[in-house]
Amino acid sequence: MTAWREMTVEGWGRYPRSVARCARPERLAEVGQALADRDGSPVLAHGLGRSYGDAALLAGGRVVLTERLDRMLGFDASTGWLTAEAGVSLLDVIRTFAPRGFFPPVVPGTQLVTLGGALAADIHGKNHHVAGSFSDHVRRVHLLVADGRTVVCDREHEPELFHATVGGMGLTGVVLSMDLQLVAIESPWIELETVRVSNLDHFFEVSAGSEAWPYTVSWIDCAATGKAMGRGVFMRGRHAGPGAAPSGRLIERLKAVVEPLLDARPIEPDWLLNRATIRAFNETYFRMHGRGVQRSFVHYEPFFFPLDAVKNWNRLYGARGMMQYQPVVPPDPDHRAMRTILERISTSGFASFLAVIKEFGESHHSGLSFPRPGTTLALDFPNHGQPLLDLMDTLDDVVLDAGGRLYLGKDARVTRERFQRMYPEWRAWRAVRDHWDPDGVFASDLGRRLGLVQDGAAPTGPTRSAA
Amino acid sequence: MSAVVILGATSRIGQALAREFASAGFPVVLCARDLAEAGRIAADVTTRHGVTAEAVAFDACDFSSHGPTLSDVARRFGGIHVGVIAYGDMGDQGESELDFAAARRVIDINFTGAASAAEALYPLMAAARGGTIVGVASVAGERGRRSNYVYGSAKGAFAMYLDGLRGRGHKDGVRVLTVKLGFVDTRMTFPMATKIPKASPEAAARAIREAVESGVESMFYPPFWAPVMAIIRALPPALMKRLPL
Ligand SMILES: Cc1cc2nc3c(=O)[nH]c(=O)nc-3n(C[C@H](O)[C@H](O)[C@H](O)COP(=O)(O)OP(=O)(O)OC[C@H]3O[C@@H](n4cnc5c(N)ncnc54)[C@H](O)[C@@H]3O)c2cc1C
Ligand SMILES: NC(=O)c1ccc[n+]([C@@H]2O[C@H](COP(=O)([O-])OP(=O)(O)OC[C@H]3O[C@@H](n4cnc5c(N)ncnc54)[C@H](OP(=O)(O)O)[C@@H]3O)[C@@H](O)[C@H]2O)c1
Repeated sequence: MTAWREMTVEGWGRYPRSVARCARPERLAEVGQALADRDGSPVLAHGLGRSYGDAALLAGGRVVLTERLDRMLGFDASTGWLTAEAGVSLLDVIRTFAPRGFFPPVVPGTQLVTLGGALAADIHGKNHHVAGSFSDHVRRVHLLVADGRTVVCDREHEPELFHATVGGMGLTGVVLSMDLQLVAIESPWIELETVRVSNLDHFFEVSAGSEAWPYTVSWIDCAATGKAMGRGVFMRGRHAGPGAAPSGRLIERLKAVVEPLLDARPIEPDWLLNRATIRAFNETYFRMHGRGVQRSFVHYEPFFFPLDAVKNWNRLYGARGMMQYQPVVPPDPDHRAMRTILERISTSGFASFLAVIKEFGESHHSGLSFPRPGTTLALDFPNHGQPLLDLMDTLDDVVLDAGGRLYLGKDARVTRERFQRMYPEWRAWRAVRDHWDPDGVFASDLGRRLGLVQDGAAPTGPTRSAA
Repeated sequence: MSAVVILGATSRIGQALAREFASAGFPVVLCARDLAEAGRIAADVTTRHGVTAEAVAFDACDFSSHGPTLSDVARRFGGIHVGVIAYGDMGDQGESELDFAAARRVIDINFTGAASAAEALYPLMAAARGGTIVGVASVAGERGRRSNYVYGSAKGAFAMYLDGLRGRGHKDGVRVLTVKLGFVDTRMTFPMATKIPKASPEAAARAIREAVESGVESMFYPPFWAPVMAIIRALPPALMKRLPL
């Protein structure tokens, strides 16, 4: 019944890649049908492939592409609750509801993610310190589980399954739909302040002084060393009030002209983003921003999703692909781990084109949800192969020593042993998963690598090392 | 406001058309066999665009139901502004060759059932002296090809039927738009690995709505198929029968 097509599947980092048989259901019933037609192979949901590594990959398995399950099933304007299928993208939500005065409660750095992907990675945004993560605003998740049933779960119904699904990277089942609470906004504009920060201590100072702002993040120049280490541009914003900003029409018109021109797919150069060009970019970006505090109004798109302006920008890294490294480390008055990480990166010579740093707020999750109180750093590296992998291994030790962890939505390489020490919750999570999926119907390349699934090829039991 | 009726609304193209017309403020009626799914699509267009949307049971092969079903819709919505006949079934050429019942089913859905729906729409629009019947045909209907001539001939017959209906509509104020689709990235073509670019259903739907609005009577989408099919139509039969098409 189900039409399968063999395809090479990749994440946003385009490393690694794997081949799977894919189905693309267009109706609700076709998802269950695909599960029934898996022919003994494991299954994984795949949204828009904006996770960087191998979370949405399943070599030799059955991958269910969810992008066509994109129906919005209901909206209550008095409460902001939207009911929508898992393949609806945040882009779609924003384009539909921003003109009506509503915005998603949490957005990542791109709008091209599905609601299912956002829940499975329990994504965080610039407002984590005040709003928590994506799942904090979700209820009534319809989840297709291993035995083919659809289970409704949230904090009240089947809470264990809900908490395992949040951040569970697709390994508890296929999310079919959910309720998401949108927040009211009065304008598409963001009131923005940028503050040039001269080093890491200055960043923490400005960050502490910006807690009243709902959206905060700082770009950071990873190539800077010594006294300038940690310099960057801190951004804090809030949704603007009505009539506070100029009409967006001109911008919309300009975008309509420029958007189709900016597609990196036809270029795909291996040489463009090298150490020298990345350093030059970072230097220029830093100098571009005046000293002190600058105030302005910006449209929500460049504020939240600056990279979406260039379609397929990941191709700029060429065929080798790229890797992200995103740890969070607990609060520490001396910021030792952050300093060590930045030092190691700047002395390694591997430049990161895009690096951001942010302080997270409280987190109320068990499971594998990533955010924890502390500081998170997100770094993009061209895939330099083994030397980069070696550097990341040494950074893992720094993160581990500090009691931190890595974001699975961005990871392609952490070892099982290190992962299990970063996420001691994995055992309890695994027990819930095994209860709902005793035969290992759901799997992913990431799950196999990290020991999150039963897999013939990899040992099933815990493989804790002596460390 | 009079309604836009999508027949075969569970197809991705039908669904995209429903969103397109709903975004222009039209109430939409979603006719399909799979009522549960059509209901989700109705909820979607209402949630997105705030228009009335309704799912109605409809089977292309239940010819005698077409008239009553559509006149009921017209009565309740105060007329039908646009009726899109979007259903279709490629069938399986091999099966059609072995069993004429299979071939007949393909012909019934793509031609007889499509013509029957158009006949049901026509008097409703003629009485109101306005409306557009959109028939979704195919490049497969431009020339009989070895690989899918049963489907192709049914689509081709439908296109020819629409040509005649357009003439009849000329005096009655009923417009007819024939849409000859090339590859569109839907359920029908998903399993096909082909180097020929597939258009997105959303782009196809936008082009169709624009054609309805501007009064176009016949179109290829994507447009590059027009010259391609002109060449294929011009091939002499002695050559055509030898080509692996
Ligand atoms: C430019 C850029 C910026 C980003 N910024 C941020 C950020 O600020 N904060 C942040 O948290 N993340 C960020 N991300 C990561 C991204 O938000 C997450 O990886 C998200 O999960 C991607 O969603 P997707 O729909 O593309 O899912 P995919 O990448 O396709 O899948 C991700 C995971 O979700 C699972 N999944 C997808 N759909 C379903 C479903 N229906 N049911 C069950 N499981 C499912 C997959 O199996 C996989 O494990 C960023 C990514 C990019 C490319
Ligand atoms: N995709 C292409 O490349 C392409 C090219 C040329 C032409 N077309 C035409 O475009 C139209 C839309 O097709 P699609 O590509 O979107 O594929 P699709 O998803 O397979 O759509 C086919 C539709 O026809 C409906 N249908 C089939 N038999 C029916 C019946 N007896 N009664 C009522 N509805 C019936 C199906 O409804 P159910 O839900 O009830 O099955 C489904 O909605 C079709 O007319 C097709 O021939 C498509």
